[in-house]
Formats: sequence, structure tokens, C-alpha cells
Amino acid sequence: MSYRIGIDVGGTNTDAVILDKNLVPIAKAKTPTTADVTSGIYNAISLVLNQKEVDRSEIKYAMLGTTHCTNAVVERKRLNKVAVIRIGLPATGAIKPLTGWPQDLKEAIGNMYFLVGGGHEFDGREIAPLDEKAIRDIAKQVKGVADSVAITSVFAPVSTDHEKRAAEIIKEELGDIPVSLSHEIGSIGLLERENATVLNAALVDVARTTAEGFKDALAREGIDAKIYFGQNDGTLMSVDYAVRYPILTIACGPTNSIRGASFLTKHKNALVVDVGGTTTDVGVLVNGFPRQSSIAVEIGGVRTNFRMPDLISIGLGGGTVVREGSEGITIGPDSVGYRITEAGLVFGGNTLTTTDVVTALGKAAIGDVTKVKDLNQDMLKQTYKKIVSMAEEVVDRMKTSSEPIPVILVGGGSVILPDELVGASEVLRPEHYDVANAIGSAIAQVSGQIERVFSIDELGREGALKMAKDMAIEEAVKAGADPATIEIVEIDDVPLAYMPGNATKIRVKAAGNLAV
Amino acid sequence: MRKLDIQSIEDIAIGAALLGTGGGGDPYIGKLMAIQAVEEFGPITLLEADEVPDDALVVPTAMMGAPTVMVEKVPSGEEVIGAFNTLKNYLGQEIYATIPIEAGGVNSMIPLALAARLGIPVVDTDGMGRAFPELQMVTFHLNDVSATPMVICDEKGNNLMLNTVDNVWTEKLARSATVVMGGSVMLAIYPMKGNQLKSAGIHGIITLTEEIGKAIRGAKAKKVDPIKAVLDITGGYELFRGKISDVSRRTVGGFARGESKLIGIDSYKGKTLTLNFQNEHLIARTEEEVLATVPDLIAVLDSETAHPITTEGLRYGARCVVIGIPCNSKWRTEKGIATVGPRYFGYDIDYIPVEERVMNKRGDK
Repeated sequence: MSYRIGIDVGGTNTDAVILDKNLVPIAKAKTPTTADVTSGIYNAISLVLNQKEVDRSEIKYAMLGTTHCTNAVVERKRLNKVAVIRIGLPATGAIKPLTGWPQDLKEAIGNMYFLVGGGHEFDGREIAPLDEKAIRDIAKQVKGVADSVAITSVFAPVSTDHEKRAAEIIKEELGDIPVSLSHEIGSIGLLERENATVLNAALVDVARTTAEGFKDALAREGIDAKIYFGQNDGTLMSVDYAVRYPILTIACGPTNSIRGASFLTKHKNALVVDVGGTTTDVGVLVNGFPRQSSIAVEIGGVRTNFRMPDLISIGLGGGTVVREGSEGITIGPDSVGYRITEAGLVFGGNTLTTTDVVTALGKAAIGDVTKVKDLNQDMLKQTYKKIVSMAEEVVDRMKTSSEPIPVILVGGGSVILPDELVGASEVLRPEHYDVANAIGSAIAQVSGQIERVFSIDELGREGALKMAKDMAIEEAVKAGADPATIEIVEIDDVPLAYMPGNATKIRVKAAGNLAV
Repeated sequence: MRKLDIQSIEDIAIGAALLGTGGGGDPYIGKLMAIQAVEEFGPITLLEADEVPDDALVVPTAMMGAPTVMVEKVPSGEEVIGAFNTLKNYLGQEIYATIPIEAGGVNSMIPLALAARLGIPVVDTDGMGRAFPELQMVTFHLNDVSATPMVICDEKGNNLMLNTVDNVWTEKLARSATVVMGGSVMLAIYPMKGNQLKSAGIHGIITLTEEIGKAIRGAKAKKVDPIKAVLDITGGYELFRGKISDVSRRTVGGFARGESKLIGIDSYKGKTLTLNFQNEHLIARTEEEVLATVPDLIAVLDSETAHPITTEGLRYGARCVVIGIPCNSKWRTEKGIATVGPRYFGYDIDYIPVEERVMNKRGDK
């Protein structure tokens, strides 16, 4: 029997699960997330291994969904010095690279940028030939100063030629330096894609250290497994891939929950309400994957067009503090977080939390019920009503039609929500709901995605779509998907406005099971 | 005369997104261009139309093409300088000032960036009072100001002068050239004298956009309802509150046409609003009645922050307020309605001013 271990690092807890060959969860563990993240991961691994006797040599795969990269950007620590190269002159000079970046983050990555001649038009023609000499000069100039390079060329999603050639020149001059290419990271929208590419380049060492730390943690427990990282689209990437594209790990946590919820309930279309210790994240499950956000997202104060699950997050969790004051009852937004087990009333603490409220009302059996039996029933009922309406409001905001749809409750804090919600056709609370995120991490698929501008006049709509699908499938196979299980999971096309010729931007994602 | 600094640019960008009525391109990229230009060359001088001498030459500037291209192939900022020189030499007169042809969307920002760079003033006037998709859809056209001689230029340094028989030809030729030149170009267009500007333009429009931006930004701090603040400043009407339930787009003749649907909330529960757009919102209607049509402005605002939402930024489930704002009276003439009324865009609907539609509706109740 072979096994896989899945780990998800959340804001409050780090969760781990072991799944058998048939993807049945056989052990689970939850431990507080630590400031360095890595020791929390180690704790979770050793804890879950203590839950159940398994032959460690049979643990063949280990999947990690982690916040290392997000934290590094937010804290401006451990980041690489990046040589930022934009290919696009004579265009693009009106807005320089790193415009709008917070000053401290700019400094943390070395604040070096260069503009060179080259780039393409929307239809693949060159704006100018690539200025190879300029690239070579930059390489000489940043030698020994930059430890990573980010290259962004105008309309790289249409033609990758200039980025690839520039990378070759950099490698010729600087040897084995990590190079991040924008067409592999983001979509149309030069500044946002460039920003994401620069962040990616800055995170290369963080990803490498994280991968090594994870490997060590497993080795200390006698596990020699193939390691994967979770991406924020709910699919996996190998260590090699993760070290090249560390930014893709950002926001994988909420995605893992949504995917885990889908796996545990067999639902492919639903709303997923993930209640943690501090927040409730509501996402939308569409065809088994999270719906993606269509608007620009900020990471550490930097605007990117990087794909992210479409989420609404509110300050309501199992550890959220409840107060009674002159303005009535208030709930949160602050939380005792992982300290719930010392601070909450039912655990002998002094802080009234949402968990205490549901326990006092007999809706959950957590800790010592006698500690909350004297609370005012009216206050409790009012508070509970408020908690439920907070959840119902987010559910309503995320729905796209007035039709009721299934709602899946997951996360350790979801005990605070009832089995009926306005707007829900049914409320599901699957077994192992409390570790849905770690399960989502363990069962993640492998995907390939492409995004390009196609000319409908040349290829026809069907032709363009077929070409895009084939390219996405090829990418998925390259990433390690079993070809027999690959499905197209997402198609999105947006016509380019104000332009004749029917140019349209098509994005396709294909995903399949891990080829084991 | 007054100066526009970076904070003014931030505010104008928010107001311009609202006057963009769903289209016109997100002013974000233009805002960054204008900010960089002000950082490099100093603040911009804003003149009132009265301050422009009658015989001074004023040349509006704008980008033309697909905003989707512009967000990828960011302009160099130098494009229009060549065009202005070409036009100056051809007309044999110095260019006194520039103006936006449209105050809505990204084109609100292009003249600001150029003015900072060239050290010339911007006049507080435009030719739309909003955003429209075609070159002849300006009040200058209603007053028979010719779009040409105009110059189309790209970042490569190409500049192309057009002298056309009428403004509809200008639109056709310019749009073809735009595609060949890479899908996003800059224009120096509708050159006019100070006296033409005064009679044909919509005045005070940059100040209005700035005030809209200020109101939206300031509402939270002042704890006032930002939607109400916007309605007060613009003289607009709340048409609907709802949630985005569907957006469909298709490209027709180079334009993104489509419709979005909103499901009513609060007092609009049980109703559905359909918004038809061709880049900009054209028609707002429920199952029973038309609520507003072009040339009146139809804007979609976030229900909490009043931040304007473009048709490209419409997000499923987003809670919005749809407002209607009366257009400038110049558009309500026979020629104005023929140029930009519902029938021009292919809708068999009579133009009735939004305030009349609202009053009729209130009368029904």
C-alpha cells in the first residue's frame, strides 16, 4: 500500500493528512503555525505520523501548500536582488518598471531596472528587433550584484521569442543564474505581469530553502517521498518547477480548501465557506476548480494580474472575539487565533469567542461546557443570529444568481455555522471538514495553462479554440499529468475592444491526475 | 488658472472612470503616465476656457485603439510630441494649449501627461463630457469643426497626417491606420482656435471629474454616503441596485459589444436590469421599461465605495448601483441625437432625457 501526505499552512494552523492509495484519509493532525513556518510543518508531520502506524517507506508523495513566499514578500525579508529587464523600446518609456512599488520593497530587491529595444505588436509583428547588445551589457553590469533576473517583453503572451533569446544571452554571460520570464507567469497587461515576474525572481531563494526544509523535515521522519508544491489554481508543481515559479504558491491555501471541499463532497459546483480561526473565506467552486478573480490583485502592496481565486474574506472565525458594549454586540474583527485553546472561555480562558457562544447554545460540544452555562441566553441568541447573518451575507455576495446552491462548510471554525443558511439549497459538512485544506493539497491535480491573442479572421473561432486547447493539454503533460485523465477545465475568451480584425484573447487551462 | 498636482491626477482618474460609463479604458495606465510626467517635468497648468485668446491654437490629444493593447504596449510618452510639431509646421502657428477630446476613461489622462512634458497648459474643456467610441462623436463635430488636419502617431516615430472630406471618413481611415501601427496610437486632432473652443466645447469638465474623484475618496473619511455624494455633484439619478449575474461580450466591427445583467437587491428585488454596451454603456432597461439611454451617462458604481466599474472589470456577484446622469445639453439637439443617440447605435428606442424618464416613472407610482 502506498501513501501520500498533504500539508497546508494556514494563518492560524498547519494541518497534515495522510491519504492511502485510494485517496482515503487515514490520519490527520492540526498544530499552530509558527513564525518561521518550517518548524510548524515539521510539528505537523511528526504529529500526523503519530496518529497512525504506517510504513514510512510507503509514503511516496508529499504535497505542501505553504505561505513562505507570501510572508517573504509581506515582510520584505530573504528576497533576492533582481535585475529587472523590460524589452519594449521605443514603446513603454512613459511608465518605468517598479512604478507604484512600496519604497522598502523596491530597496529589498535592489531597485535595478533596464529598458531595452524589442518586443512585439498584438499580432506578433516586432515593434523593434531585440537589442541583443544591450542585454549583454546589462548582464556584464549586474554580474555579482543581481542574484536573479526578471525579463518582461511587450506582448510576450503573443510571441515569446524575445524573452527566450534574452534569457539565452543572460545565461551565456552569467551562467546558471535564475531567470524569470514574464510569459510563463502572467497574462496581458505589461505592468502587472512585469510586477509578478519581478516578485517571482525575488522569491527564488525562498522557494529553494523551503523545498530543502521540507525535504529535511520528511527525511528526519524517515520519509523519502517525491515532493510537490501546491499552486493557487489548485494544481501541483514539482520542486524544480516551484523553484522556477515560486510566485505560483501564493494564495494556494484558500484554493486547497475549495478543492478539498469538492473532493470530500463530490460536488463540482458549489460555494465553499472555509471558517478558520480568524477569518471566513468564501470561494466559488466551478467545475471542480475555484473561480478566478477578474480584477487586479495586490501582493505586498504591488499590483499584479496574477491569477488568484475569487474570494471574499471576512473577520469571522472560531476564535473571533465577541464583545458586548454600549453599541450592542460586536463580533471581531480580531481573533484569539491559535490561542483559542487557552484564551476561550470553554478552555478556561477569559475571552468570549464565537466558539464559546455556539457551545453555550448547545450547538457544539467543545471544551468544558460548564464554563459558559451562566452566560445570558438573550445575548447568546442575538450573537448567534449575527454570526449566521454575517455568513449568509457573504454567501449572497458570491452567488451569481438568485437560485439556491449547495454550500460546503469546511475548516476547523465551521462549527460556529448552522446546518441551514439562507440562499443555500443544502449545507454540507463533510467528514474531515476540519482538514479539507490539507486534503485539497494532497489530492491536487497537475495542470497546464496558456493565454494568447488569436486572430479569429485567420483561424476561425473553432480553430483558434482548438489550437489553444491542444497547447494547454501539451503544457499539462509537460507538468506531469496523466494524459488519459486530462480535461479542459477552463476556457475564457475576451475580444480586444476598439479594433477590427476580430483579435481575441483566449485562455485555456487543462488539468489531469498526477501520473503515478 | 490653477495647477494640477499628483493628488489632482489621482482624483481626476477616479472621476474619469465614472464619466467613462463602463468604457473608455481604465484610466489607471494613463494616470501612471501623467504622474511620471509630473514627477519629471513639474505640475500642470489648468486654464479656464475664458483665459484662452480667441485666435490661439488649441490641439486636443487622445489615444485611439484598444485599451487592451495600451495596457500591454505602454506608450513611450514621446509619441504626440512629433505629431504636435508636424501640425504646428503645417498650420504655421504655435500650439497654445491642449485639451482632452473625452473626459471619460484613459483619454482624460493623455493630455495631462503631454501637457506636463511639453510645458503647455491644459484647458478645462472637452468635446464629450463623457466617453464615446468614435472620433466624430464630439461636440466640436456638432459645431462643424473639422477633425483634420490631424496627425496619428506611434511610438516608433511614424506620424501620418490626414486631411479628409468629413469626420466620418476621418474615423474610418484613422481606425485602419491604428491597426497597422500596432493597435494603440496617439492623435493630435480637431485643431481649433480659442473662439471655436469656447463655443463648441463642454467647459469645466476636468474640474467636475476632479470633484467626483474627491467626493468618492473623501466620502469614507467624512462618513457620508459616497453614492449620494456622486449624485449630488453630477445631478444624476439612482436607476437600480443589484448584483452582477451575467456578462456576455462579442466583438463586432472592432468594438466589444455585449450586455450585462443585474439582479435587483433592496427595493429593486425581483427585477432584472440589462445594460447594453459598446465599450460604453448605451442602454439601461428592466423587463418593463427603458431607464436611460445614450447620450445620457449610465455608470455602474460599487455599492459600498461608489468606485466606478468598467465593463471589463465587472465581477460576478459584485453589488452595484447603476446611476444615470443627464448629458450636456449640446447632445440633446437634433444633430447631437443623430450622432450619438440610441438609433445611431442600432437600438430602436427614442431618446428621452433621463430626468424625464425618472419623473414619468415617479408619476406612475
